[in-house]
Amino acid sequence: MNLVAKHLTYKPDDQYHLNDVSFNFEKGRLYTILGRTLSGKTTLLKTIAGLLNPDSGNINFEDKNFSKVPVWERNVAMVYQQFINYPHLSVYENISFPLKQRKLNEENIKKNVEDALKTVGLVGFENRKIQELSGGQQQRVALARSLAKKAKILLLDEPLVNLDYKLREQLREEFKTIFNEGLANETILIYSTTDPQEVMELNGEVIVLDEGKVLQTGPAKDIFENPINLKVAEISNDPPMNIINGLKIDGKITFENINIKLPKHLSQLDNKNYNFGIRSSEIKLSDSGEEFEIELAEISGSETLLHLKRGSTKVIALIEEVMNFKIHEKVKVVFNSDKFYVFAEDGKLISSPYRIKNG
Amino acid sequence: MEKLYKFLKYTFIILWTVFIVAPFLWAISTSFKDFQSVNSKVTYIPWLDFEPTLEGWRVLIKSPARGGVDIVEPYFNSLFVTCTASLISIVLGTLAAYALSRFTFKAGFVRNNDITFFFISQRIMPPIVLSIPFFIFLSTIGLLDSLIGLVVVYIVLLMPIAVWIMVDFFNRVPKELDETALIDGCNPYQAFYKVVLPNSIPGLIVAGMFCIIFGWIDFFFAFILTFTEVQLLPVKVVALNSSITPWWSLSASALISVAPLIIVAFVVERYLSKGNLSGALK
Repeated sequence: MNLVAKHLTYKPDDQYHLNDVSFNFEKGRLYTILGRTLSGKTTLLKTIAGLLNPDSGNINFEDKNFSKVPVWERNVAMVYQQFINYPHLSVYENISFPLKQRKLNEENIKKNVEDALKTVGLVGFENRKIQELSGGQQQRVALARSLAKKAKILLLDEPLVNLDYKLREQLREEFKTIFNEGLANETILIYSTTDPQEVMELNGEVIVLDEGKVLQTGPAKDIFENPINLKVAEISNDPPMNIINGLKIDGKITFENINIKLPKHLSQLDNKNYNFGIRSSEIKLSDSGEEFEIELAEISGSETLLHLKRGSTKVIALIEEVMNFKIHEKVKVVFNSDKFYVFAEDGKLISSPYRIKNG
Repeated sequence: MEKLYKFLKYTFIILWTVFIVAPFLWAISTSFKDFQSVNSKVTYIPWLDFEPTLEGWRVLIKSPARGGVDIVEPYFNSLFVTCTASLISIVLGTLAAYALSRFTFKAGFVRNNDITFFFISQRIMPPIVLSIPFFIFLSTIGLLDSLIGLVVVYIVLLMPIAVWIMVDFFNRVPKELDETALIDGCNPYQAFYKVVLPNSIPGLIVAGMFCIIFGWIDFFFAFILTFTEVQLLPVKVVALNSSITPWWSLSASALISVAPLIIVAFVVERYLSKGNLSGALK
């Protein structure tokens, strides 16, 4: 009774959009697809919806071969990152459109539409024209249309990316409640995003996608704590995890004339060169630290992102307050070595602060 | 400086308006005159300068046997040919444009853009190039000097316009709209007529108006492909000019032959100025 895909491959030009993607999605669960732009997220969702035919591989749903079922008979729902609604119809007509297509009776339609409007908080907007709504409201209508259908597979393709910051936060909160309460156990929910924070907050099963290939799957916490390689570490962190090429010698880690005492969880590491990974939030300003030059300081919301440089090493530090810096100014920072990740030269994770592996 | 600019601007606009409107006023006033008022002295204002009469207009309706020129039949011929050809062009052109905008065609080295260009290229050629093929074609199938033959030719002339406008329009309708319709349970035909078409009305109106304008004003093919059986309005009006038709009737015929275009122009202008063309879908 699951949605099972086997070896999906789609290569319309000289680049893979999907490269041997397989999965087994269970009903009543939330799956998030995390990947950068053009990583194949939309392609994957469209393939599930039936809008694209993969070059090879197949999809089964409820033990039936999905490839033979045309889009309009698949009973899926999809919300796009652009706010796609039917501009010639009112809000009510928009949400009832798929229900009418399915020839439900009038009473049933009315009830479903009202429920969906309640869920997305748009009661009273029934007769509005789509053009009269704000972006956030338009996206709510699109979501309501998907929910009202009670589709067995609900696809959300970066639904928040085109909204402004405030609305994004707000809708993200609402999504959590909608997903937890509003969905029957019958539904498979698939949510794609570029934003690692969204993935962590939604806290579902994560599929990390890059250049059409599945890099890692697992619960959100797992991906965050143990990214299996450098790529995943980069994709699943915003700003991307800092990667420092350094040498481990006996009791210390050395790079750019900086010596850092070896943290406990790395005590069994061999003496050689590694890629050390550290999150931006684990680099702190401190007078006792090492000197770096500021290349760029970005203020976003209540945080400051410092792009730092020393020799050929570049790192980004996330300072949790708004501070003004001059470019080329020198600042001192310390690294929280307890949170060091170690990746091999080929990118594989050797050791993480959350799980010790012996390299 | 600002005032001077404003002054010059409005002076220019007023002069230009007079330049454009004057011939119309002249034609309108002349059409209501009789022999006396045209030939005796310069007259402008009805009732004051001259006594208005409908004689000029009556000549247009009367049959030649009774001293008239009978413009009614060519008028309806023109209306029939233009409207039928426009309607068929819009229907076929819209379907072709949708296909060109949404599906990918491959035939040898030919791609979608080449097909679109092929349509437009029909209008790039000077029309005279097409006249001989059309003539031979129509005479072969026996449709020379007939309304149906003219409709066929006009479809060839008008459909490129419809395709051109509608391809551009559909390209601006996001593909995701069709996809959403499919996901919401429409088959491709339903997606087209339930979702895409209702959102394309501004484009359809503009395409239709352009077809009507180009069909209505065509003189060349109407002249070449008809002889005695069928006559279209532009040919008739030109024929009047060379005969002994009085000026007042000529003015009246000129006025009623541009009347449909003026109506069309007002409708198109309303849609263009509203920005309805591009703003329908974002």
